[in-house]
Amino acid sequence: MSTAAAANPMPGVTAGAPVYELEGVGKTYARNNLVALEAVNLTLTKGSFSAVIGSSGCGKSTLLKIMAGLIPPSTGRVTLQGRPVTGPRRDIGMMFQQATLFPWRTTIDNIVLPIEIRDGKSAARAARDRARELLELVGLKGFENVYPNELSGGMAQRAAICRMLITEPAVLLLDEPFSALDELSRDFMNMELQRICRSREATAFLVTHSIPEAVILSDVVYVMKPRPGRIAEVIEIDLPRPRTLDMMTTPKFGQLVDKIRSRLDKEAFL
Amino acid sequence: MNAPQSATETPDAAQDTVWVETVPLIDRIPRSVQMAFVFVVFVALWDVVTRSGLVSAIILPTPWETARDLVFVGRNLITGDYMLRALWTTIKEVIYGFALAIAIGFTLGVIVGETAFGERAIMPYLVAIDTMPKVAFAPLFVAWLGFDIHSKVALAAFIATFPIVVGTAAGLHAADANARMLFKTMGASRWQTLIKLKLLTGLPQIFTGLKIAAVGVMAGAITGEFLGGGKGFGELIRVAASNLNTPRVFSLILYLSIVGLALYAFVTWVQRTFVFWHKDQVLRGAD
Ligand SMILES: Nc1ncnc2c1ncn2[C@@H]1O[C@H](COP(=O)(O)OP(=O)(O)O)[C@@H](O)[C@H]1O
Ligand SMILES: [Mg+2]
Repeated sequence: MSTAAAANPMPGVTAGAPVYELEGVGKTYARNNLVALEAVNLTLTKGSFSAVIGSSGCGKSTLLKIMAGLIPPSTGRVTLQGRPVTGPRRDIGMMFQQATLFPWRTTIDNIVLPIEIRDGKSAARAARDRARELLELVGLKGFENVYPNELSGGMAQRAAICRMLITEPAVLLLDEPFSALDELSRDFMNMELQRICRSREATAFLVTHSIPEAVILSDVVYVMKPRPGRIAEVIEIDLPRPRTLDMMTTPKFGQLVDKIRSRLDKEAFL
Repeated sequence: MNAPQSATETPDAAQDTVWVETVPLIDRIPRSVQMAFVFVVFVALWDVVTRSGLVSAIILPTPWETARDLVFVGRNLITGDYMLRALWTTIKEVIYGFALAIAIGFTLGVIVGETAFGERAIMPYLVAIDTMPKVAFAPLFVAWLGFDIHSKVALAAFIATFPIVVGTAAGLHAADANARMLFKTMGASRWQTLIKLKLLTGLPQIFTGLKIAAVGVMAGAITGEFLGGGKGFGELIRVAASNLNTPRVFSLILYLSIVGLALYAFVTWVQRTFVFWHKDQVLRGAD
């Protein structure tokens, strides 16, 4: 049953305190009466990295939007750091497939935009030093005053990472953040992401289409099944940390990828 | 494939593989020269047609007569004589009309583009009025506002308002779903989303509307003068035409078009300054 995840949320990953808690979260889109999600239960612990993988249209983005407080769930509830999520919050950082930098703002002004919106212009000015540090962290030092249309796709995504981190969120919700990049940049960005998450003890939740990406980054992989969207399988990834790209050639890695693929294959024909 | 004679001349392989890009003749001539060419041909044709007696001088003056009158009107304008006063009247109508159109058009555009009520309940009426021949309202404006500048300003503004409404409303819809979602995650209020996202994203469309309006406002002011008298340039044209002074009509139109061009150029300049960031794609994401 799909409630397997509920019975024993994240076996083995019990180290940190729970940060995110989802209980019986479901979503029915009223417009077309479509059950996009059904009874999702999951708990993310502090500092953990989880990935959710599933075919297109199985409700991954819907789940992420509910977690981010962008859309309300039809059933169930979401709790973050002890408080129910009822709307967008500054302790949630989010990233999408598109970098969506605004062309009329320089890179640094794009990065401090969340501060400008929440706390006003003077707070945004005060945050510029922090933004510079973040740019350095992602290897974009010297690009502060460049307009986004001069940045490459990978550089734009790195700037988007900075914009997500500027409010110092406790959790990062990532909706296929690097899937528009070429494979080389993507591997590189994934390692960067791991480094950033570790250095800030951030809790991360990644939506992805790529099994190797899910395995190399995560402590836990949730396999979703469609119609209605639900978590069908929870697979623990016990590769040592920090992860390196070399690990992708180990037999253990191959086994985990195969395991997840077999689960996905089955579901694809149901 | 090398031509036989060059093969004997240069035997080395490198020469064979050099691919010289041939630039078409039309690209090698500067644009200004090409434009001057068109102008000369046009004037020459004009000259032939008028000189040969094919067209009567009353209908179409010769280029020479027109040029002479251009100088006359130009002198009158420079010395600040009655023509300058008339031109100034028309310029005032155009400026007031444009300002009024921007104020009303932008406000209506925001209401229609931002609120569901505006889009559902107000837009249909605006579309209906926009499809009417708006010059037909001129006699009404004259009846309401008199023969002075006001009726012309009203007609000019009336014609120029609609493109601004349409441009603004379309511009407010230009921000894509990703950008809206991003603003939502940042906890942006509706007002912030409007100011910091939608209006800025929509600037290219808004300026397209403004440019169409800049052309319309001119037409509105002159039509108003034709139909409602007054002391503007349109009145001078009307009087010259009724006196069958065709060279005068031509030169007055030419000077008037300079005003129109200046307004258009001004809007374009403002656009270049404020929308410097606009490339073909509005938002940068993945390649
Ligand atoms: N706003 C919406 N209104 C109606 N249906 C939607 C909406 N958003 C998504 N859906 C539907 O819900 C299902 C899940 O979508 P989504 O969460 O985007 O899937 P995924 O991210 O896994 O590809 C899809 O069938 C999609 O068509
Ligand atoms: Mg999705």
